[in-house]
Amino acid sequence: MSLRSPLGRVLGLGSAKHGTAHWWAQRVSAVAMAFLGLWFVVSLAALPGFAHADAVAFIGHPVNAVLLLLLSVAMAYHSWLGVQVVIEDYVHAHVLRLVLLFLSRFAHIFLAVAAVFAILKIGLGA
Amino acid sequence: MTKNDRPLSPHLSIYRWPVTMASSILHRGTGVALAVGFIVFVGWLFDAALGPDTYDAFTGFMGSGPGILLLVGWSYAFFYHLCNGVRHLVWDSGRGLGKRASTASGWLVIVLSVVVTALFWLVVS
Repeated sequence: MSLRSPLGRVLGLGSAKHGTAHWWAQRVSAVAMAFLGLWFVVSLAALPGFAHADAVAFIGHPVNAVLLLLLSVAMAYHSWLGVQVVIEDYVHAHVLRLVLLFLSRFAHIFLAVAAVFAILKIGLGA
Repeated sequence: MTKNDRPLSPHLSIYRWPVTMASSILHRGTGVALAVGFIVFVGWLFDAALGPDTYDAFTGFMGSGPGILLLVGWSYAFFYHLCNGVRHLVWDSGRGLGKRASTASGWLVIVLSVVVTALFWLVVS
């Protein structure tokens, strides 16, 4: 005999009330990161140099700019999800855990916005 | 209740470390390292947007001994996390979960990530 309500069983969300959403988001962003990350390290290796002019020419190229935007957002998302799990696993003090989860989320959003702004500034030549 | 000194589960300190255990915690460790590396990645983009002076200060540090050491560490963390991430995705499909297969793939990932990191730095330098 199951003690779960028929509604609970059909929703399939379990005790966390989120079902597999977090787990699945981690996998989807992982697949995105595998392709975008590989593209980025290959691009770095192929860069003619690391002077300011080289970097701006690379970042400002339309194709690279779009892929860098995708990379920055995917990386921020994937990193946020991962750091969240690490905090939840090791930090047991309630208030500290909450503070760290807030800080991690804000930091990741801050970094994503900073990256997007920098790429657009270079790409649009503003 | 009497206080006793029996070990608490999980007995991490008394296990002989199998490669699957090492590759698991290494995945988490490299993940956290890459989260820190993300700050430097954004710093690179932002300093490039700020102009040559700020950018040169950035590359000045990153091109120095400690900077290169950090970059080698982050590149290894990236390649390890990528290889072991693919291993995790294969596991998610229900394949390769057996004792022999997971031990073999653990060693493969560790060796492969070192080889790819070395190749990357051969091309870059």
